[in-house]
Amino acid sequence: MDKRASMREAVADYVKDGDSVAIEGFTAFICFAAGHEIIRQGRRDLTLIRMTPDALYDQMIAAGAARKLIFSYLGNPGVGPLHCIRRAVEHGVPRPLELEEYSHYGMVGRYLAAATGLPFYPLRSYEGTDLPRATPGIRFVDDPYGGGRVAVVPPLRPDVAIVHGQRADIEGNTHLWGLLGAQKEVAFAAAKVVVVVEELVTGEVIRSDPNRTLIPGLVVDAVVIEPFGAHPSYVQGYYDRDNAFYLEWDRISRDEATTTGWLEEWVLGLPDRAAYVAKLGDRTWDRLRPDPAVAAPIDYGAYR
Amino acid sequence: MTDRGYTPTEMMIIAAARALAGVRTVFVGVGMPNVACNLARLTVAPELELVYESGVYGARPARLPLSIGDPTLVTGATSVVSMADLFGLYLQGGHIDVAFLGGAQVDRFGNLNTTVIGDYTHPRVRLPGSGGAAEIAINARRVFHLLRLSRRSFVERLDFVTSPGHVPRSGGGLSPKGGGPEVVVTDMALFDFDNTDREMQLASLHPGVTADQVHAEVGWALRATKQVAETRSPSEHELRLLREELDPTGLYRH
Repeated sequence: MDKRASMREAVADYVKDGDSVAIEGFTAFICFAAGHEIIRQGRRDLTLIRMTPDALYDQMIAAGAARKLIFSYLGNPGVGPLHCIRRAVEHGVPRPLELEEYSHYGMVGRYLAAATGLPFYPLRSYEGTDLPRATPGIRFVDDPYGGGRVAVVPPLRPDVAIVHGQRADIEGNTHLWGLLGAQKEVAFAAAKVVVVVEELVTGEVIRSDPNRTLIPGLVVDAVVIEPFGAHPSYVQGYYDRDNAFYLEWDRISRDEATTTGWLEEWVLGLPDRAAYVAKLGDRTWDRLRPDPAVAAPIDYGAYR
Repeated sequence: MTDRGYTPTEMMIIAAARALAGVRTVFVGVGMPNVACNLARLTVAPELELVYESGVYGARPARLPLSIGDPTLVTGATSVVSMADLFGLYLQGGHIDVAFLGGAQVDRFGNLNTTVIGDYTHPRVRLPGSGGAAEIAINARRVFHLLRLSRRSFVERLDFVTSPGHVPRSGGGLSPKGGGPEVVVTDMALFDFDNTDREMQLASLHPGVTADQVHAEVGWALRATKQVAETRSPSEHELRLLREELDPTGLYRH
């Protein structure tokens, strides 16, 4: 089945007001194109889910799209705090934001519990911390085999997960390489899945390297082909992380007015990602293009 | 730059690197830990494998990464895995020798706060939260703290415990895999927990720093210790590697 859709169609079809939405990707593969389209379509009251909310959720929360955030690390990686989220939490600007926080492994465990149909996921964490007091979902159970008390976290099943990758076929069979984050786990955990890729390839290309198909079309509802859709995050082998932007965002986001101005210019004032890519211009893309570092070929063998 | 020819930050990074002597696997954070680990690999720990919570084992970064998710950590690494595998198989499986942690606040037992300043529900300052720190503190065999010494950070009582230090266990819990905090590396001195109470104590003073200056920056009465050494000054070799190879833009030279 051909599941291709434009970003506009995919967001209109799969992201509704009040939904829980996970746009995952750990530093890499963060689909800013999807977040920006959600802002453009004026979604409200979302529960945003991400291990590391990053500049993307800072922007979406500044735009007033969310009422709640489920996360494990609230920072602009390598730079500092996320100012818009802090304004929402500390001052209720532009609206109050409810927080529900875990640790990284707790979030991964929540996705895994949902993905594998288990009532909870056990992990060696949280003992001796205040996190269980802050987050009622973090509990302890006795090991039925006598090993002692173990922390558990509940399943997390987002209404929709938006997962970026390098390439997919029209059915949504998706190849990823690089920092895998929790891309596979969240795709299997979510009720609906939109994959966004840099390149459309044939099923033959996908089947030439099946170990790299982390997400099968089986769990995918829509495929969006959106080159450079992760900028200022990155896609391994395609473009670099735009660290200059992350540093710049620290300056822009300190002030509500400059934040709003940026959203007007770079999100609301543009029709789609292609316009954003054109507006950024060739100099940016030249700066972010890596030299090739090609893996040694492998041989799966032909068995007839 | 001080008249000693190096900065307190450089002394801190070099002291952290030395603490990694002979270590095989280290869980690296961005910023100073990253520089310290790379310096250790070039000096006291040539076999050191850098592990990043982003899923990288055996990184060989070709440039100084801004974040722990930098693509330079992926290219040329020994292995890159999902975070489920990194936290489950590598960390919880017991394969991490040392982890570096830092925070806004630390107490005398090495508990760390990276969550909030003030009340949790109405925080004065909302900090990043745990990330992987809660499980790293519990599962790494040894934990090294890396943070600047100041009265604001070294406090009698944390506003929130994000990752545990040497806390009395409430009992019944799975025993922690690791030994907890072992060294606290700061810009003025080194601390350890080598006493029966597992309480932070002064181990060595960086050159030019007095014990009184250290006591003035600690928010509780530091327990008395018999012998306080002086930290060895950075060598020419250490400073050259740090400045020419790891910090060419001089980020830590102030």
